[in-house]
Amino acid sequence: MSMQLHDFENSFQQKVDAEIKIEPKDWMPEAYRKTLIRQISQHAHSEIVGMLPEGNWISRAPSLKRKAILISKVQDEAGHGLYLYSSCETLGITREETINDLNSGKAKYSSIFNYPTLTWADMGAIGWLVDGAAILNQVMLCRTSYGPYARAMVRICKEESFHQRQGFDILLTLSRGTDAQKAMCQDAINRWWWPSLMMFGPKDSESTNTDQSMKWKIKRKTNDELRQQFIDMCAEQVKILNMHLPDKDLKWNTETQHYDFGEIDWSEFWNVVKGNGPCNKQRLEARRKAHEEGEWVREAAAAYAEKRKSRASAGNLEAA
Amino acid sequence: MHSLIRKYYYGDIPDTPNAGGDPISSPSAAAEHPWPLWEVFIRSKQGLDHKHAGSLHAADAQMAIENARDVYTRRNEGISIWVVESKYVHASSPDEAESFYEPATDKIYRHPTFYDLPEEVKHM
Ligand SMILES: [Fe+2]
Ligand SMILES: [Fe+2]
Repeated sequence: MSMQLHDFENSFQQKVDAEIKIEPKDWMPEAYRKTLIRQISQHAHSEIVGMLPEGNWISRAPSLKRKAILISKVQDEAGHGLYLYSSCETLGITREETINDLNSGKAKYSSIFNYPTLTWADMGAIGWLVDGAAILNQVMLCRTSYGPYARAMVRICKEESFHQRQGFDILLTLSRGTDAQKAMCQDAINRWWWPSLMMFGPKDSESTNTDQSMKWKIKRKTNDELRQQFIDMCAEQVKILNMHLPDKDLKWNTETQHYDFGEIDWSEFWNVVKGNGPCNKQRLEARRKAHEEGEWVREAAAAYAEKRKSRASAGNLEAA
Repeated sequence: MHSLIRKYYYGDIPDTPNAGGDPISSPSAAAEHPWPLWEVFIRSKQGLDHKHAGSLHAADAQMAIENARDVYTRRNEGISIWVVESKYVHASSPDEAESFYEPATDKIYRHPTFYDLPEEVKHM
């Protein structure tokens, strides 16, 4: 063997440094592959589980127009899940394995989807804040080093901006409504604000890991950078709604040219990650139920495909 | 457990136990019929080539085309879809890329810029 492992590793890192994308059949360190499988599958699961909180309101949307929009949005999230599952598969893990890891409770997904959707205003807050936070992450990931992941992200980002806009549009309508509607709007913002900030992950200073994901250019911005960017955007947008963000420490800082903000309750975050969020159980049960109830459909489709195949080959024989 | 100091990324959540309850085994999984993987190619506009869009699972070709429509053309991204079972795609090897494409690298005379013609020659 002419090349040693560290030669492969060096030329891999050189490619990454030179912004050359890594493709499925290229050599890659085992840890890079594993990190990607974990990250992409968790991202895919987040899209799929992410359909549940909003699915809750499809049948109760306040108008046909809102219902049609919400269905489209939720359908997009299913599509996002599929793009990501496919790109994950290019790393050598089967779809069945990935799905089973979700259904068995082994795999993780974004904690934000373990919060309940209590009112219609939550559809607005999710679109504005949750999709908004996801967009910042995903725009960054369009430049990630693994080709199939980056391509999936480009496709996803094209679809996401409608998600955020329809959410803001819901809140804007409520914010111009009756007192009860205004209160509902503010209440949803209050409940979703802090969990949305947690979507960016722990503070950079709390990480003792050598930052391998940055070196491999899987991730390209730090948690704090993205979070600050998000807060700066939302702090301005909320003014258009005539609402406020539930943070008494939120204040423009002329020196840093950014908004200062209050302390995030990380114990809540870890509690939800560990499975004790308000809806962890319910979400997984819904996924398992969907999977089990789809079993006969998968079986029937496979049987039908088999039957058609044998019919086609019988037809070929007759024609011959 | 020192999960408190772990970094986590969107779609990259730390492996703490029991997220979403205790793991359960799913005996039905093994008994299932995995559908084959298909590569999807889409022509976005009349006059353009079909371009690789991604892949998906489907029981047969017709289902693959229907799924491809739902997954890859929700916003009029296509007017024609090709699907081919992934196992029938043969690819060149990235490991041999250097030698494989070598014959093309030293033939600079294949490019129009190789020829230095006088200014007076127009339309060429
Ligand atoms: Fe999404
Ligand atoms: Fe979205």
